[in-house]
Formats: sequence, structure tokens, C-alpha cells
Amino acid sequence: MTWFTRRLRRLAPQLVALAIILGIISLIAPGFLTVSVQNGRLYGSLIDILVRAAPVALLTVGMTLVIATRGIDLSIGAVIAICGAVAATLISDGYSLPVVIAVSLGVGIACGLWNGVLVAVLDIQPIIATLILMVAGRGIAQLITEGVILTFNDDTFAALGSGSLAGIPIPIYLWVGTALVIGLLMRRTALGFLIEATGINRRAASLAGVRARFLLFSAYAISGLCAAIAGMIVTADIRGADANNAGLWLELDAILAVVVGGTSLNGGRFSITASLIGALIIQSINTGILVSGFPPEFNLIIKAGIIIVVLTLQSPAIMTLFGFIKASRRSEKLNHGTKEATR
Amino acid sequence: MSASHALLEARGIGKSFFGISALEDVDFTLERGEIHALLGENGAGKSTLIKILTGVYRRDRGTIYLEGSEVSPDDVAAAQALGIGTVYQEVNLLENLTVAENLFLGRQPRRFGMIDRRSMRDRSKALLARYGLDIDVDALLSSYSVAIRQIIAIARAVDLSGKVLVLDEPTASLDANEVKGLFTVLRQLREDGVGIVIITHFLDQVYEIADRVTVLRNGRLVGSRAISELPRLDLISMMLGRELQHITRDHQAEPETIDDRGAPSIQFQNYGKKGSVAPFDLDIRPGEVVGIAGLLGSGRSETAFLLFGIDRADSGTATIDGKDVSIASPEAAIANRFGFCPEERKTDGIVGDLSVADNIVLALQARRGWMRPISSAQKRELADSFIKSLDIRPADRERPIKFLSGGNQQKAILARWLVTEPRLLILDEPTRGIDIGAHAEILKMIERLCSEGMSLVVISSELEELTAVAHRVIVLSDRRHVAELSGRQLTTDGIIRAIAGTGETEAA
Amino acid sequence: MKKALVAAAAAAILASLASGVSAQSLTVGFSQIGSESGWRAAETTVTKQEAEKRGVTLKFADAQQKQENQIKAIRGFIAQGVDAILIAPVVATGWDAVLKEAKEENIPVILLDREIESPKDLYLTAVTSDQVFEGKVAGEWLAKDVGSKDCKVVELQGTTGSSPAINRKKGFEEGIKAASNIKIVRSQTGDFTRTKGKEVMESFIKAEGGGKDICAVYAHNDDMAVGAIQAIKEAGLKPGTDIKIVSIDAVPDIFQAMAKGEANATVELTPNMAGPAFDALEAYLKDKKEPPKWIQTESKLYTAADDPMKVYEAKKGLGY
Repeated sequence: MTWFTRRLRRLAPQLVALAIILGIISLIAPGFLTVSVQNGRLYGSLIDILVRAAPVALLTVGMTLVIATRGIDLSIGAVIAICGAVAATLISDGYSLPVVIAVSLGVGIACGLWNGVLVAVLDIQPIIATLILMVAGRGIAQLITEGVILTFNDDTFAALGSGSLAGIPIPIYLWVGTALVIGLLMRRTALGFLIEATGINRRAASLAGVRARFLLFSAYAISGLCAAIAGMIVTADIRGADANNAGLWLELDAILAVVVGGTSLNGGRFSITASLIGALIIQSINTGILVSGFPPEFNLIIKAGIIIVVLTLQSPAIMTLFGFIKASRRSEKLNHGTKEATR
Repeated sequence: MSASHALLEARGIGKSFFGISALEDVDFTLERGEIHALLGENGAGKSTLIKILTGVYRRDRGTIYLEGSEVSPDDVAAAQALGIGTVYQEVNLLENLTVAENLFLGRQPRRFGMIDRRSMRDRSKALLARYGLDIDVDALLSSYSVAIRQIIAIARAVDLSGKVLVLDEPTASLDANEVKGLFTVLRQLREDGVGIVIITHFLDQVYEIADRVTVLRNGRLVGSRAISELPRLDLISMMLGRELQHITRDHQAEPETIDDRGAPSIQFQNYGKKGSVAPFDLDIRPGEVVGIAGLLGSGRSETAFLLFGIDRADSGTATIDGKDVSIASPEAAIANRFGFCPEERKTDGIVGDLSVADNIVLALQARRGWMRPISSAQKRELADSFIKSLDIRPADRERPIKFLSGGNQQKAILARWLVTEPRLLILDEPTRGIDIGAHAEILKMIERLCSEGMSLVVISSELEELTAVAHRVIVLSDRRHVAELSGRQLTTDGIIRAIAGTGETEAA
Repeated sequence: MKKALVAAAAAAILASLASGVSAQSLTVGFSQIGSESGWRAAETTVTKQEAEKRGVTLKFADAQQKQENQIKAIRGFIAQGVDAILIAPVVATGWDAVLKEAKEENIPVILLDREIESPKDLYLTAVTSDQVFEGKVAGEWLAKDVGSKDCKVVELQGTTGSSPAINRKKGFEEGIKAASNIKIVRSQTGDFTRTKGKEVMESFIKAEGGGKDICAVYAHNDDMAVGAIQAIKEAGLKPGTDIKIVSIDAVPDIFQAMAKGEANATVELTPNMAGPAFDALEAYLKDKKEPPKWIQTESKLYTAADDPMKVYEAKKGLGY
């Protein structure tokens, strides 16, 4: 019970923001909240949000962990393109589905480990380290697809993007399942705890015997793995690998989702659930703009405006006003003072 | 008339940061043409005093007089205008500007509204010539050595302010020749009547250059003496203090019991690292407290870093129970059941945003590995039991540790290691910056732990603390183990003599 | 064996001599932007084919999206003394100096695909398509196809603010102006990509009563149309029948869809800019006949009547 209320308190701002956004859209676009069954499959704008959120939700899971280590992963959009290209190439060369999936996931993990080497071993700043693959990655993907949109006709692989199981679209299973597995991995083992400790104070954690390097590696590897799954969904969805556009700028949406989810870019305490709600908020805005019928010139302004409002509502000043945070800020200040004094 | 007044006089200066006192009722007097050394260990309040005098901090209490009239430097610019200039350890100049630009930054000579480069160059040349420096003033500052930059910084500060010059650790990164050059400059400034305050931890240099010393300890004034009347031994005892002698352990009764503790279980032989600590031997028996004493910069913390594998030794061997072990990382040290409470609690100890409970189980969890998590029930139990036994307040295991006071944070870090049941616990300044009550509790706990058979290494600049808890004390000076004191030699006086290099250390 | 080699070598020398003396044979330099899209790759392929067809020796330089590389390449062509230069300019400005150098050497320059902001006497002619006209062709086809029936059209725009998006929208609106029964009910950007085309189409279908009210999709490029076709299929409707699909570019994939009856019409942005360019060049060199300053390429309309599979096979090898 206390656990549940604490969770609810943590997630309340994000849930409230999501509810308000969905409410506003349904006022503009009637029928937005209707979900029906069509051709044996759930159908409606809400379902679209859940399906379309798959790539950014998957990236958000990995990004949350990377940000918790006080890092950032800019390369995942490009990793989507690489893994999509790999999957499309293998599928059109006639490899079986398990092989295609295994190799694509392997390539994604390898990309993550590459970032891990740069960050954990060579101690390059994460933003620079991952920028390398962000720039080079699309080039690699284009080499794989030989510069064209590599299309294929394989219904089983395409089902990863547009198929459904028991009425529910498969991308929803994939991102919810991945988030569940990784969430449980973090909280049922000590990985999440150790990652948080490393992100808050890497030196103190190392002195307590925490293997910070291994944790950085695992965070970036998981990020790469999530990007690989997202890459397969994106590719399967359009039955083709578009090296130029697949996952383009999606890393920024993922960072935004983590921030909207309330995880600090300074690393430390993280909540995958909150980040995922952040991803749903972003996708709701995207889908909402599309169904609202505003001219496309307004898309980015509307999106930016809503996000500013959401982030403002979450700012400590406003939160105190609404009572989400108790008066702990005073003691924080006090603490800051003692730090000065002991210098 | 002003000649009857001291150049700079501070009376009853007090400063606290959010309720924690950093300076209490400190007096400080600087005469014209005097080089005045300000001494004290880490956290003694030297920096706070300097920052108040130079306008970085505002004092809470006390008065400052400059040439007899009361002044109140509210910011650095105001202090500069009054005639008080500062040169910090990290020279406060801009590397990407030229020497001349640095000298005249913010007050460039102008002609018709434009910077008059020629006049700036000529004036820079003339200014530096007074310090015996003939360099290209149009070259970037970054093209010159630290020593030259320091003199440029001094030249700027004196030119800007001219009455009082404050130098914070000016010799920390200079070699012997450069120090000589700097001292020549300082002596010349003294001739010119400038009052110079110098913070340093090199006692040799204090005796070489200073006229007078003022010693601070724990935010209070210990005393102010002319250097000619102050033997080195007295200076060191002023710095390290000796008021609490009554709690000194009764070592006379002990020599026999030490050998009873049996063979050393942890041995370091010829252990050292170039540029950090000279090779030393150290044996630690079960249930023994080994103290490490020495002045700031003598290699105290560096010794701890070596023992715990934070720094990798480049000579010597470590053996535990007769078996060779490699302690190349904290993980390796922890695997051998070592624990380490670092001196810098905020940066090296606590994980601020995590709860007290999380902080307490961190080392144990790290040792178990990520696949074997400590269950939340176990964690609760461990945290609660240590919160109770160490009296950590408030007794709320879920509170982020950053909201606890220093003493309670320290107890939580101790608890972090105690849950791992270490065989050797290294404590670096375990009582620094914590209140008296917690101080006594921690000392009591050290005694209890060693009576339970744990070995401890305690590093402290509080000599009474060391003589109170340690069975043996290793004395360091100049990054070298110079003496080992035990039995009846183990007194504050003995330690001070050893640090000063005048102690006849009989074979222990 | 040895004999054969010698014979081959001799033949090669003879051949090169022959081409050297031939008055007909031209050497033309071609500075291409790069290979950023399938269409660009196809343009390169077609240009090479056209040169080969006419016996023109083509010197090809890929600028990798950089103007400085293009200028370098053009100076190289001038130094080699080519007979003419083709440029697909990466940007609109900054060409005056290098074009003057070419003019001083009397080397005619022809712009392909894009125009520039330089005095018109610095180049012979520009061969480009007319984006407004492309949109108009698409609009007129739709107007003719639906006749007098009411028709709600949804539009998938290109990247907001890009010139093809603006011009193709404008042209389409001109094309359907006369038909008051045709209305654009929704218009959103699909960023010229399949993924966005599909996502936007999904939301259009939701917003327009499950898609039954939508009569046609107009997409600013074929890729978005391909995405929209998938969205329509997944919504349980028949693209090409329930909802008509008209788009622009004529890339190979849309012909596959057309062959399956899932797309109805596409307007070609021809990759063959070089053909008209070579024609104008030959006329100019032979008879000193000055071509017009702008040569508009054909914006050909393809429908299911044009044997889409055959077009697909023909286009497949061009590098789209």
C-alpha cells in the first residue's frame, strides 16, 4: 500500500499531463477516444498512439538507463537505421526469421558496446562518444542498403510492424514486453540500484566497490538492444529499410520522453515507467496534431508549446505549489551550505 | 598618524554556513612590510578567513580595519579598490589573452575610446621590469610557465591594489628555483612596504620567508607569533593541538598485550608509489589500531589510497595470512575484506540522492554482484539495525543521505563498511567536520571494533585522537614514513617531535 | 594466347585513335551533387547512358553535397579542355566566378535539375522540371478521373517549407480549381518518408470516419504514397479502388503497386535531364543555335494503362 502510494506520487505529474492532453485532443477531434474492433483487431486513435509510440518507447527504455548513469546516447536513431538495414538485407536474402532477429539484435548490442568502450574505457564524454556513431551510423546503414530503400516481401517479418495477435498489434507487445523485461531486470536484480549509485556519484560508488565500468557497458548495450528492436519494427512497418529517414531525430524524442518522465539529466534515480508515460505523452501530441487538422506549419510549434507547459508544471517551484513535493527543499539548501563550510 | 595603526586588522571575525560554524572570534593583524604566514590543517578556516578579508564572503560578526579606519569589503572589486589584492592557487588569469591584456584587463588604457595598445604594452613592460621579468608582453599567457604566470598575477594584484597581497598556496606547483625567484619578489615587495599574507603547508618555506605566523584550528585562533620566537616543534603542536591529553590511552600498560595479539595478519612490504608515497613496511595485527600522523601534504591520504588499491603500488608486496595478494583496485581490496571511509565524505563517500538504507548496503551489494540482490526486507533489517546501533539520526532509513548532518553521514558510511564485516577498516579523518557528540561516539566505536578483532588504520590530524585510540602510530613527513611510535613513546609530544624530525625514535 | 593479347591491344589503340580523330565525338564534364537519393542515383545512371548512346565521352565527378568540390571539379574540366560542362548545382549562389572562367575558355555550361542565381549569359541553358506543373498534371488527372462525383481528397505534403512541397501543392490546387466537386479536406506533412506517410494516413483515416469518406490521396512523392497504401490496407480498405492514389516522382516501387491495382497515377520527375541537355548542346555546337534559357522536362503521367510492370522493370536498374 505504501509502496503503491509512493509509486503513484512519483508518477502523478506524468499521468495527469497525459490525461489532460488526451482530454484536450478528444475535444478537438471527436471520436478520438473511441476504440472498436475491426477485422478482429483493436482499432482507434488510442491504439495508433500505442503502436506508433513503439519506436520511441523502446528507445526511451534504453535512454533512461543511459541517462541514469549520467550519460546520454545520441546514436540510437542511427542504430535504428543500421539494424533496419541489416534486417531488411537478411530478409530479402532469404534468411529465416529467427536468424534475422538474432543478427539484428546482435548488431544493436554491438553498437551499444562500441559506445560503452568510448565512454567507459576511453572516458570520452558520452555526448561526444555517441555523436560519432550518430554521424557515422547512417552512412553505415546506407552502405548496407546500397543507398536505396531496400524493400522486401516477407509477411512474417512484416508482422513485427503491422501484424496483430489476439486483436492487439504486435509492436505493442514488443515495447511493453521489452520494457517489462528490462524493468524487472533492473529492479529484481541489483542492476538498477548500482546504476543509480554510479550515476549519482561514480567516484563514491567505485570506492564502495561498484564496478562502474561494467554498469556503463550494460546501460549502453541495453540502449543498443532497444534501438535494434525499434529498428526492426520501423523496417517491418513499411516493409523496407530507409537508411536516410528511419529513426531520424528519434533520439531527441527519447531524451525528451525521459525528461518529461522526470528523470534528471544529471543522472541518478530513474523510473522506466515514468519515462514510458513521457513517451506516450509525446506520441499523443504527435497523433493529436495529425487528427486535429491543423496546418502542418504549426506542428512543431504546438508540440514545443505543449512540452514547455508539461515541463513547467513539473518544475520544483510549481510542484511545491501543488504539493507533489513536500518542504524538503529547505533542508536541501541547508545541506548545500555545509558543503561550502567544509571546503 | 595612520602609522600608529596596523596595515590590516581583523577583530572577532565570525562566520557560519547555515548554522555550522566555520570561523569563531578570530583576530588577525598584518603590519606594513610584513610577510605573514597563515597556517592550519584542512578545514581550519584559513580559506574562509582569507575570503572574508578579500570580499568573497561576507562576515557574520567582527570588524575589519584598514590603516586604522573601519572597512567592509562587500565584494572582490571593493576589496581591490581598498588595496587588498589576491592571487589564488589556480592563478586567476586568462590563458587565452596576452600578458599585457591580463595585466590591464578591465582597465585598459584608452585613447579616443579605443584601447591604446602601445601604451598598454609599454606600461606592462615597465611593470614587469620591477619584478625582474623581461618577457614579450604580447605573447599569450599560456605560453609561459606557472612560475611566470604567478609573478604576472602578483604584478597585476599589486599594481591594482598595492597595500595588501594575499597569496593562497603560491608555491604548490613550483620547483625549488622558481620558489627562490618568487621569494626574491616577495622580499622586494616587503621592502616596498606591502603587507603579504601567505597560505602554505610547506613549513620550511614558512621559516625561510615569513616574519610572523598565525595558526588556526577548527575555525578558532590558536595564536599568532613572530617566527623568530617560535621553534618548529611549538609551531607543529599549535597546528595539531594538544588540549585533550586526559583521554590518552594508558600506553604504559600495553606493550605486552600488543605482542599477545599474535602474528601480523596483513603485511605490506616495501610498498610504495613513485611521486605519491615512498616505499614503506606496514604490519597490521588482528584487533590492532594503527594510527597515521603527519601534516597536511605529508602523504597521509596517499598511504590510504595505496592500502585500499585506489592508487596502484609500483613497488612492494602485500600479504594476507602469509599469502601474496594483489590490491590493484578498490574491488580487489574489498574482495580481501578491506573497507575505507574517505576523508572527502561529500565527493568520495556518500551517494547523496540515495537513501540512508541504500548507502548502507551499497558496498555489500557491490561485493555480492548485481545478480544477487539484497532483498528489501534484508536491506530494511540491516539499515535499521545499524541506524540503531550507531544512533544515526534522524532514524529514517528512506531519507536521502544528503539531508543528514555530517556526523550522521559519517556514521552511515561506517555502517556501509561494517555490514561487509571487514577485517581491515581504513578511516581517513573519521571525525573531520562533525560535532563533538558524534566525535566521541566514533572514537568509542573504533575501540569496540578492535576489541572485536577488527584491524583499523586511522588517519587523523587530531593527535589526541590518535594517541587515544591507536596502539601504534606511523608518522609521515614529506611523503615518507619517518617513525613508528608505540608504547610509552606514543604521546602527542612524541608525534610532534617525529614530525619535526627531532625525535630520537628508539628502536620500537 | 600471346597473339590474342597483342591483337586486342592493337584493336584498343586503333579504337582510341578512331575516336580521337572523329569530329563528332564530344568530351563533356558532369559535376553531380552526390547520391543522396534514389532519384539522384538514377539521374547519374541515365546521364551516363545518354552519353554512351550519343558517343559522348563523359567525365563524371561526384561532389558529395559540397559546392567547393563542384567548383574544383569544374576547374578540372576547364583545365582538361572539355567541350561542355553539365552541372547539377548543390546550391543557388556562388557560381559566378567559376562560370566566368568557363565562358572565357568558350566552354558552354548547362545546368541540370536546379537553377542558380547567376547572370543568364554565364550558362547556355538550364534543364529542369516544373514542380508546379507536376502538381497540376496530378490534379487534372484526378479531376478527369472522378468526373462530376463529389470527392474528398487528403494530401500528404512534403517536408514543410521545402520548395517541392510548396510548388506541388500549388500546382495540384490549380489542377482541381475547375472541379468544384473536389475538395482537399486534410493536408499534413509526411516529410517525404514512408513511415510518416503511413502514420499520417492512419490518422487521416481515423479522422475521416474510418476512411470511407476519403475518395483520394494526393501524395507529394511516391514514398509517402507507398506508406499511405499500407495504412489503407491495414484499415481494411482497398487502395486504388476505395481510395484513389495519385502521387509524383514515378519511382519503381509505385509501379509495382500500380500493377497490383493499389495505386492509380503518378507523374514522372524524369531522371533524364541529360537527354534534352545533350540535344541542345549538339544543336548549339553544330549550328550555333542558341537554345532557350530554360528547357522544361516532360512531366509524364503514368497510369495503370501504361503497363506498369514493364515500366518497373525498365526503371529498376537505374539505381533508384
